[in-house]
Amino acid sequence: MTATDQDLTEGNKQDAQEFEGLQTPFKRFLSDFCESKLAVLGFLVIVGIVLLAIFAPLLTPTDPYDLTSVTILDSRLAPGEKMMSGTVAYLGTDGAGRDMVSAMIYGLRISLGVGIGSGIIAMLIGISFGLLSAYAGGRIDALFMRIVDIQLSFPAILVALVLLVTLGKGVDKTLIALVVVQWAYYARTIRGTALVERRREYIESAVCLGLSKNRIMFRHLLPNCIAPMIVVGTMQVAHAISLEATLSFLGLGMPQTEPSLGRLISNGFEYILSGKYWISVFPGLALLVTIVSINLVGDRLRDVLNPRLQK
Amino acid sequence: MTQKPTLDVRDLRTYFFTKGGVAKAVDGITFSIAPGKVLGLVGESGSGKTVTGFSILGLVDQPGRVVGGEILYRGEDLNKVSAERMRELRGVNISMIFQDPMMTLNPVLRIDTQMIEAIRAHEKVSKEIARQRARDALGQVGIASPDERLRAYPHQFSGGMRQRVAIAIALLNKPDLIVADEPTTALDVTIQGQILYEVQKLCSQTGTALIWITHDLSVVAGLADQICVMYAGKIVESGEVNAVLDNPMHPYTHGLITSVPSKNKRGAPLSQIPGMAPSLLSLPKGCAFAPRCKWSNSNCQEQPDIRLAPQNRRLLCHNPIEYNNDNIRQETS
Amino acid sequence: MSVFIIRRLLQSGVVVIIMSFIVFSGVFLIGDPVEILVSDDADQEEREEMIKSMGLDKPFLVQYGIFVSKALKGNLGESFVFNEPALLLILDRMPATMELAVVSLMIAIIFGIPLGVWAGLKPDSWASKSIMTGSILGFSLPTFWVGIMMILLFAVMLGWLPSTGRGDVQVILGMPLSIFSWDGFSHVLMPAVNLALFKLSMVIRLARAGTREVLHQDYIKFAKAKGLQESRIILVHVMKNILIPVVTVLGLEFGGLVAFSVVTETVFAWPGMGKLLIDSIGLLDRPIIVAYLMIIVFLFVFINLVVDILYSILDPRVRLQDVKS
Repeated sequence: MTATDQDLTEGNKQDAQEFEGLQTPFKRFLSDFCESKLAVLGFLVIVGIVLLAIFAPLLTPTDPYDLTSVTILDSRLAPGEKMMSGTVAYLGTDGAGRDMVSAMIYGLRISLGVGIGSGIIAMLIGISFGLLSAYAGGRIDALFMRIVDIQLSFPAILVALVLLVTLGKGVDKTLIALVVVQWAYYARTIRGTALVERRREYIESAVCLGLSKNRIMFRHLLPNCIAPMIVVGTMQVAHAISLEATLSFLGLGMPQTEPSLGRLISNGFEYILSGKYWISVFPGLALLVTIVSINLVGDRLRDVLNPRLQK
Repeated sequence: MTQKPTLDVRDLRTYFFTKGGVAKAVDGITFSIAPGKVLGLVGESGSGKTVTGFSILGLVDQPGRVVGGEILYRGEDLNKVSAERMRELRGVNISMIFQDPMMTLNPVLRIDTQMIEAIRAHEKVSKEIARQRARDALGQVGIASPDERLRAYPHQFSGGMRQRVAIAIALLNKPDLIVADEPTTALDVTIQGQILYEVQKLCSQTGTALIWITHDLSVVAGLADQICVMYAGKIVESGEVNAVLDNPMHPYTHGLITSVPSKNKRGAPLSQIPGMAPSLLSLPKGCAFAPRCKWSNSNCQEQPDIRLAPQNRRLLCHNPIEYNNDNIRQETS
Repeated sequence: MSVFIIRRLLQSGVVVIIMSFIVFSGVFLIGDPVEILVSDDADQEEREEMIKSMGLDKPFLVQYGIFVSKALKGNLGESFVFNEPALLLILDRMPATMELAVVSLMIAIIFGIPLGVWAGLKPDSWASKSIMTGSILGFSLPTFWVGIMMILLFAVMLGWLPSTGRGDVQVILGMPLSIFSWDGFSHVLMPAVNLALFKLSMVIRLARAGTREVLHQDYIKFAKAKGLQESRIILVHVMKNILIPVVTVLGLEFGGLVAFSVVTETVFAWPGMGKLLIDSIGLLDRPIIVAYLMIIVFLFVFINLVVDILYSILDPRVRLQDVKS
């Protein structure tokens, strides 16, 4: 970079700051974020999906868990055919005779719930350990980070696989496995950020004021570590959803009675060679749209919130 | 001016098209340089001197672009030649030495690779001959045991040594013109002296024309034949180096000179130029220096024209400093 | 340099020991294999004999001790189901998995680096933008679903490629490989592409980021000032700089490929050790699960070591630091 280039960008920054000085930080964040139309689209899709998941019982044409209304006679109907009950199965039915639209929305509900739920729990655990590690330093730090290093040197799928093999199937067990897989990412990220922030003057002045350790950690250090947390959080939720689907596909994780999107795809895999594509294709598309939307938003958040954040 | 100039730059304009607007980094500058001569291009950072250097070599990066003027190298307009012709000229006829020696050599390639490729990009010679020439070039710039040095990586060299290597690379193909962009700024004073001495020697021996870009007037005083003072993309004063430095006519040149500490003025307070260099995106109307100039008046609201002064000097000012016999400016009230 | 290697070796040893304990105790908790192996009408005596013969009656720590002492002799136990040494069973399947992983890695490198460099050189062209959008897709697409879609498209609808299995195998240098016959190649193609997709996206991103960073360096401008051909600047000056991070990450990710092949192998019924693992989990065949995990642990530790050493060879700056220390 030449001296002139630097001067130019300096000038730009100055101008930009003058301009942005009129706005609140949140408004600036919002306008930065909205510069990417794809990200906005992703965000809207996510909102839609979440609403769909929350209000699933009100929106679905049938209840896929109601064993009395699900009949094997309806199984593997092609998209658009009428079921015994008279309802049109717009996306067909699966092997057990469930309407795909309903099954997918319920599946989405489980996938999202497990993904977001595990993300939040992992974030809380990761923040606690990461902050403690950064603040305590010394042996505690070395021990925690060694654990994190070792865990992260193995692929998430393998760790989750081992855990689920040990624990068995079920929503709670899947949740535990996903939390264990994710916490280390949060812990490492927050420790890194906290270490940088800790050396800043405002922490030193807080220490000089004689504030308690807890207060410094949670009231001063934590709020300044939030931006990278949000970015890692979004990416991790997408990752968790994808991982849960994969585990369910492998026959681990969610039980057959509460099919997540992954399990629905897995069920449809049996029929793929006979050309009954819809059972696998549509839940997969739903999964894809969800994950892509989250990733688009996450990508944009990373650019907006912290351009220097390393993956 | 009997010799045909090696390089003749006429009304060169290089603009940067940024989000914040058009920055006229180089805005209509004219100068020329004869074989074997040294031209000192002086200015603060951001005055456009580096961009001038890059414009000559056709290396201005996006969003910058040369938008006008002529760069005549031996009569050939470098703004109009093809990219391939420009590449042929670079490194052979015109070469460049960069400011920061720590950054100019590729860290993952050995010195010999980086030198040999510079020769073989232009001439079909065997690797052995190229290596021989690379070795000679290293010896030429005063690097001991060049054979061993050739096999080294850049990080094994000190800053001064790296700059010598960079200079050796610039000299490899015996160019007619070298653009040196503050090549000694990042170095220790002693090494700076050695390098200055060697470059000067090489240029006078080979008849290479040298454009020495710097913000250091003392370097220019000792090295250059001609001087161009740049301010906010324009050459505000140019001429023979002693004439300009002894009797600066442009207030900016005057300010630069008086802000350099020297033993003749010891004890006297250093004067400084008030204010800051303006942002290229928001230049004042008229003379860009006017807001910082203590002699500015209403005339300065208009862009001054180039004026010719005695001793072949050129000047861009409405109120040039004029000298009487005492070399003291007549303060006009 | 040798001090550095010895230190890394010691660290690796510790990791292997810790992981062996975690793996063993984890797997020890899995269900009750006796339930599956002993027929329902077996009487109590038969059951106990079975338990004894498998060593399941001993306390956990004793079982672990036996496992370690046997493991040190290269014996990772016998499969409950196949009655064969678990290690042999896995090693038997290993070439298939390795072939799949290596072919995937090649696909990721051969396509990923040029695409990434291109996207880095011309960030504003539509081609680059589609490459980058594609890479977001590659990150987002769940591997197994893409595999299913590939089978649907290329095997079921178009009928171009076989849907499952490994096809013809030729023994080359003592290893059974598929890629050297057309039939084998057609079998390996889909699973390999499927497995490669994620890494391909990653390579593209790394190569692009690296290119963009390197392009702004002074030494690239200096190389241009030397009058080098554009091709030389990109192929030598840019490439050599971006290869360092890409090779490091890819090396570390090779283990990830092997681990993730569990999914791809299940989708394409590829007879590798990942599929064996999933089958064994279904059958509660503990020794195989333990043996597989131990092999993977070894593989990861080994890869980390090799990458560290490779890195010091590739980057002269790291080498110097080691000489100094």
